[in-house]
Amino acid sequence: MASVTPAQRAARLAPARPSLALRLLDNRNILGLLMIAPAAAILLVFLAYPLGLGFWLGMTDASIGQAGRFVGFDNFVSLAHDRIFWLSVFNTTLYTVVASVLKFGLGLYLALLLNRRLPMKSLIRAVVLLPFVTPTVLSAIAFWWIYDPQFSIISWTLIKLGLMHQYIDFLGQPWNARWSVIAANVWRGIPFVAITLLAGLQTISPSLYEAATLDGAGPWQRFRFVTLPMLSPIIAVVMTFSVLLTFTDFQLIYAITRGGPMNATHLMATLSFQRAITGGRLGEGAAIADSMVPFLLGAILFSYFGLQRRRWQQGSRD
Amino acid sequence: MVDISRRRLLQSGGAAGLLLMPGAPRAEPAWNGPAPEPGASIRVLRWKQFIQAEYDSFVVNTKKFTDQTGVKVRIEAESWDDIRPKSAVAANVGAGPDIIMGTLDDPFKFKDKLLDLTDLAEYIGAKSGGWYPVARKYGMDGKRWIALPQGASGGCMNYRISAMRAAGFDEFPKDTAGYLKLCQGLKKTGKPPGFALGHATGDANGWAQWCLWAFGGKTVDDNNNVALDSPETVAALEYAKQLYATYIDGVLSWLDPSNNKAFLADQISLTLNGVSIYTVAKNSPDPALKAIAADMDHANMPIGPVGKPSEQQNILNTYAYKYSKYPNAVREYLRFMWDKPQVDYWETQSNGYVAPPLPAWNDNPVWTADPKVTPFRDVLKYALDDGYSGSLGNASAATMGDFVVVDMFAEACTGDKTPKAAAHDAAERVKRYYSA
Repeated sequence: MASVTPAQRAARLAPARPSLALRLLDNRNILGLLMIAPAAAILLVFLAYPLGLGFWLGMTDASIGQAGRFVGFDNFVSLAHDRIFWLSVFNTTLYTVVASVLKFGLGLYLALLLNRRLPMKSLIRAVVLLPFVTPTVLSAIAFWWIYDPQFSIISWTLIKLGLMHQYIDFLGQPWNARWSVIAANVWRGIPFVAITLLAGLQTISPSLYEAATLDGAGPWQRFRFVTLPMLSPIIAVVMTFSVLLTFTDFQLIYAITRGGPMNATHLMATLSFQRAITGGRLGEGAAIADSMVPFLLGAILFSYFGLQRRRWQQGSRD
Repeated sequence: MVDISRRRLLQSGGAAGLLLMPGAPRAEPAWNGPAPEPGASIRVLRWKQFIQAEYDSFVVNTKKFTDQTGVKVRIEAESWDDIRPKSAVAANVGAGPDIIMGTLDDPFKFKDKLLDLTDLAEYIGAKSGGWYPVARKYGMDGKRWIALPQGASGGCMNYRISAMRAAGFDEFPKDTAGYLKLCQGLKKTGKPPGFALGHATGDANGWAQWCLWAFGGKTVDDNNNVALDSPETVAALEYAKQLYATYIDGVLSWLDPSNNKAFLADQISLTLNGVSIYTVAKNSPDPALKAIAADMDHANMPIGPVGKPSEQQNILNTYAYKYSKYPNAVREYLRFMWDKPQVDYWETQSNGYVAPPLPAWNDNPVWTADPKVTPFRDVLKYALDDGYSGSLGNASAATMGDFVVVDMFAEACTGDKTPKAAAHDAAERVKRYYSA
C-alpha cells in the first residue's frame, strides 16, 4: 500500500489553482479594459474612424464615385482663396457668438425665474423643454413658414394690427436672413441652457443666500457674489456644449435657406455638404469640414483648462 | 413530316421576296437582346412623382412587364435632389439600385461604373426616327451611350391671361425685349412676376441659365475654358436687373416650392414652372383654383439677342450600374418601358408631365387635347445642355450644384455687386471647378 506523503496530502487538500484565463479576469486592469471594450469599439468605429477618414479625404481630390489621389494641402490652399469659404467662416463665427451669448443670457434668466416658487413647476419645466426636444427639421420648416415673404404669420398679424403696410422680407436680404436664423436657433437652444443651469441653481445651498442677506446684500449683489461663482462650473460645461452644437449646426440652415440668399447664411457645415454631396467634390467638402476642427478644439481647450482652475471648480480663488 | 401548308409557304416566300425588292419598306429594327436572367429581381430608384397619376401609371406599366417576363421589379421614389448624391454613393460603394432614373449630368460623374446602353439606345432611336440633339448629348459619352434620356420635366412660362391682357399684350411675347415690357406692365397692374433667386435647384437655375444663354453668355466654351467673364454675360445681368425690379418681394429667399405657393395664392401672375401648377389648379375642388386654371396658360421661353432658343430644362436621365446582378433583365425592362405603347399610356395618364426625348413621340394626343399643355411638348427642342457649351461631367455638375450662376444673378440683380464684378467673381468660382 503506497502511503501518502505530507506533500501530496497538502496538495490534495489545497484548493486547485485557477486557470490562467480566470486569473486574468480577476486582474483589475484587464477586467477594466474588457469592460470598456464594447464602448470603445463603438466609439472607434463610428467616431474615430470617420474622423480619420474625413481628415484623409480632405487631403485627396476624391469625388463621389471616384476614389481620389493624395494631394496634400491643395484643398486647403484652394479654399484659402475662395471668397465663399471665408464668408462661411464669418457667418459661422457670427452665428455662434451671437446665438450663444443670447442663449446664455436668456437661458440664465429663464433658469432664475424657474428657480422660484411656481405653481405646476413640473408642467412648466416640461413645456419649456419642448423647443429643444422637437426634431430640428420640424421646427425649421415651421420657421420657414413663419419667415415666408408672402405668407408669414408675423407680417400678417402686424399688418392686421395696422403697424406695418407690407410683408417683412425675413429671408430675402442677407442681414435679415442672418438675424432670422439666429433667432430660430436661439428659440431652439434656450431650453438646453435653461434646464441645465436650473439644475445647477438647485445645488446652491440656501444658507449661502441667507448669510448674504444677513450681511446686507441686495438682489444684484447676491447674484454676483453667490449665484454666479457657484454656477461657474455648470456654465463652463453647458456653454461648451452649446457653442459646439451651434458651431456645427446644419439642419436649421439647410431647411430654412439652404445657405442663401447669396450665401449669406451658409455655415461651414452647410457649405461642406453643398460642395461635397450636391456638387460631388468630396475632397473639398471634407477639407471645409476639417477646417472647423481648430475652432472646436479651441473651444474645448478653453473650457478644459478653465475647469482646471479652482475658481471654476469651487467658485473660490485659486 | 413537317406540317407546312402551301399557303403558309407562299406567304413567307412572298414576304421574303418583298423584303429583297428594292424600294421595299424597311423592316423594323429588331431587338436581339438576350432574355432576362431566370429568377431576376431588380431595384429601380426613380425621381419622386409630382403628380400621383404619373407614378400610378408607371407602376401599372412595370406590373405589365413583370407579368410578361416574370422579372420582379421593386420601385422606390425619392426627391430628385436627393437622388443625385445617392446615385454617386451607389457608384462609389458598388452596391445599390440596379437602375436609377435621375436627372441631368448625374451619369457623367461616374460613367465608368455604368452599363453600356449603346445597342438599346440606337435601337430605340432607329425605331423612332432619332433622338433630339440635346438628348444625345445627355446620353452619350463619346460614341457610347451611358444613359437613356427619359425626357424632361419641362418648364415653361406660366402666366395669367387676364394679367397679360391688362399689361397690354394679346399674346405672350416671343423675344426678350417684349418680355421685359410685359414684366414691367404686370408690375404696374399689381400682379407682378416672381422668379426664384434663392438656392432653388430647379426654378432658379431654370430662368438664370436661360437668361445667361439668351444673351450669348456661357460658363465655358467648347474646349471647357472658362468664358463667363464676358460682355455677353454682363448684358444678360443688366437685363436681369431690370427684370428683378419688376419681381415680387422676397424672391431671394425662394426655394423650389415657393413660386407654386405664390401663383396658386394669386400673388404673382407670371413664373417659370412645370405643368404641376396647372394640373393642381385644374383638378382642385376649390372654385378659386379652378378659376386660376381657366385663366392661365403656358408659353415657351422668349428668344434673346442670340437668335435661337436657349432654355434650361430638367432633363430626366436613366442609367444602370455595372454591378447589377441581372444586366439582361435591366436592359429588357428599359426596352419595355421605352416602348411606345407603354410611353403613350404613361404620358396620357400623367397629362403630359414628361416632354418626350424623341420627336416621333410627339404624336401622342395628350399634347393637343388640351392646348394649354402643348408648349411643354417641345421643350427638348429648345433646351441647351448643362455646362453649355463645354462637356458634361464632374465640373459642370459641381458648378450647377454650387449655384454659381444663380448667385451671380442674385448679386447683380440686388446691386450687391456691379454686373461686371459679379461676372468676374463668378468666373473665378467656375475656374476652380474646371481647372481640376
